[in-house]
Amino acid sequence: MTEMFDSSALTASKHLGNVGGIEAALRQRRHNRARRDRIAAFAYPIGMLVALLVIWELAARLFALPSYLLPAPSAIMRSINDNSAVLIKEGLTTTMEIILGFVLSVAVGVPLALAIYLWTPFARAIYPILVSSQAVPKVAIAPLFLVWFGFGLLPKVLIAFLIAFFPVVINTVMGLAALEQEKIYLARSMGLGAVATFFKIQLPNALPSIFAGLKISITFAVVGAVVGEFVGGQGGLGYLLLIANGNMDTALLFAGIVALTLLGIIFFALIGFLERLVLPPHAVERASLAREAM
Amino acid sequence: MYRRSRAERPLSVNKSADHDQAYLRIENLSKVYATHDGEVRALNDVSFAQRRGEFISHVGPSGCGKSTLLMIAAGLLAPSSGAVLVNGHKVDRPRTDIGIVFQNPVLLDWRTALGNVMLQAEARKMNHKEAQVRAGKLLESVGLGGFEGRFPHELSGGMRQRVSICRALIHNPDHLLMDEPFGALDALTRDQLVLDLEALVRERRMTVLFITHSIAEAVFLSDRVIVMTPRPGGIDRIIDIELPRPRTLAMRDTPEFAEYSRQILELFLARGVLREHRADPRPGVRQ
Repeated sequence: MTEMFDSSALTASKHLGNVGGIEAALRQRRHNRARRDRIAAFAYPIGMLVALLVIWELAARLFALPSYLLPAPSAIMRSINDNSAVLIKEGLTTTMEIILGFVLSVAVGVPLALAIYLWTPFARAIYPILVSSQAVPKVAIAPLFLVWFGFGLLPKVLIAFLIAFFPVVINTVMGLAALEQEKIYLARSMGLGAVATFFKIQLPNALPSIFAGLKISITFAVVGAVVGEFVGGQGGLGYLLLIANGNMDTALLFAGIVALTLLGIIFFALIGFLERLVLPPHAVERASLAREAM
Repeated sequence: MYRRSRAERPLSVNKSADHDQAYLRIENLSKVYATHDGEVRALNDVSFAQRRGEFISHVGPSGCGKSTLLMIAAGLLAPSSGAVLVNGHKVDRPRTDIGIVFQNPVLLDWRTALGNVMLQAEARKMNHKEAQVRAGKLLESVGLGGFEGRFPHELSGGMRQRVSICRALIHNPDHLLMDEPFGALDALTRDQLVLDLEALVRERRMTVLFITHSIAEAVFLSDRVIVMTPRPGGIDRIIDIELPRPRTLAMRDTPEFAEYSRQILELFLARGVLREHRADPRPGVRQ
C-alpha cells in the first residue's frame, strides 16, 4: 500500500517536473524566435539590398555600360562623395520646403477638419468640393503657382502644401467621426462638458487616424517640394536633378535621388517617432499591423 | 467628493419622504422613432416606480425597447411623450447622479484599467488620491487586483466589463443603470459577474435598473422583474421576487426559483416570444 502510494507520488512529481520543463523550453524557444525575428527584420532587407547592389556593380562592369545610361553603384558613391557639399546645400533648401509645406498642411488641415466635423453646413458646402478637387492633377497647377508667386521659396511650399494637406484633413475627420455613440453617452453621464469630452475622449480617440494621415502627408510633401523645384527651381535637390540631367551626369542624378530618398525616410521615421511618443505602444503596433494587412 | 453631488439634488435631503415616495418614477413613457420605413413605436405607455435600494430588471425579447427605456431613464434620450421623475423632479437633461454600464465595456484604449476607472473621478473632479485608493479597492473587489496597470487590449472580455462596472461605481452613484452588461460574455464568466454584482449591490444597498435577455439573470438579481411585451415595448407583468439575500448559486435549483422562471417563460410563450415545437409521439395517429 505504502509502496504504491510512494511510486504514484513519484510519477506525479516527475510528471509535474516534466510540465515545468516543457513550459521553460517553450518560453526559451519563443524568446529565441522573437530575437531571430528582430534580427531578420533588419538583416534580410539589408542583405537583399547589398546583393542587388553587387549584381548591379558586376553587371555595369561586365557589360561596360556607358555611365550616362547606368552608372555603377561605386560611381554613384563617388559622385555623392565629390558633390557632398552641393547635395547638403540643396538638400537643406528642399528640407526647408518640405518642413514648411508639411507644417502648413497640418496648420490648415487639422482646423479645417475640425470645422468640417463640428459645423455641418460648412461640411456640406466644402466637403464635396474638397473631395472632387482631388481629381485635379496638382502637378499641373504648379506652373500656375509659378506665375502667381514667382521663383522663390513660396511656390514650392505651396505646392507641397497643396499635395500634402488632403490626407491630413480626411484622416482627421475620419478619426473624429469614429467616436462611438456610447462613449458620448458615457461622457454625458459623467457630467463631462463638450470641451472636456473633446480633449479627454474624442481627440485621443482620433490620434491613431490623424497620425496615419500625417505619415501619408509627409511623403506627399517631399513629392510636392520636388515638383515645385522641377517647375520653377533656382535651388534644391529637384533643381539639382534637372541640372544633372542637362549635363548627362547620370551619377549625380542618382546621387540626388539617393539624397531625396534619405530625406523621405528620415521625415517618415520622425513622424513615426512622434507617434510612438504620443500613443501607447499597442496602438502603434495595431496601426502598423493594419498597414501590413493592406 | 460624492457628497457634493448628492447635495445638488434638493429632495434627497428629505429622507422621510424617500420611504413613501418612489425614487424613480416612469410615467406613461412612449418613444417613437422615425425611420426610412415609417415611424416605429419602440415604447408604448410604460409606467412604473422604483424604490430606493431596489433592484429592478427588465426582461424581454430583442427590439422591445428595453435599452431605449434605460437611455430615457438616464436622460440621454428624450421620450416622445411621458416623463421620468427622480425624487419628484422631471429629468430633462442627461443625469449625472448615475453610474452606467453598456453591453460593450466602452473603455478608452489608451488608458489602463485604473485610468479608465479614474476617468469618472476626473470628470467629477473628485479628490485624486482618495479616488485612486477607491478605484484600486473596487478593482480588487471584482478580482482585478494586480491588473490595474493593464491596458484594455491586455484584458479578457469579462475583465473589461468588470473595469467598466468599477467605473460606474467609483463615485458611489445613487442609481446604477445597466444595459445588458453581460450579454457578450460566455456562460461561466457571466455567472461569476452576476454573483459579483449581487454582492456589490447588496453591500452598497444600491438602486439598480438592469436590462437583460436572460430570465435566470433577472430572477437571480432582482427584487422585481418587469416582463416586457414585444414591440411596441410595454409592460406585460411585474413579478416580485421574494428570494432571500444573499442569493446563492444553489438557489437556482430551488422550486421557488423555478416557479419564477416558469412564470416569465409562460408570459413569453403566451406572447409568441417563444414557440415550442411539440413532437407528436405517434405520427399518423392524430386525434
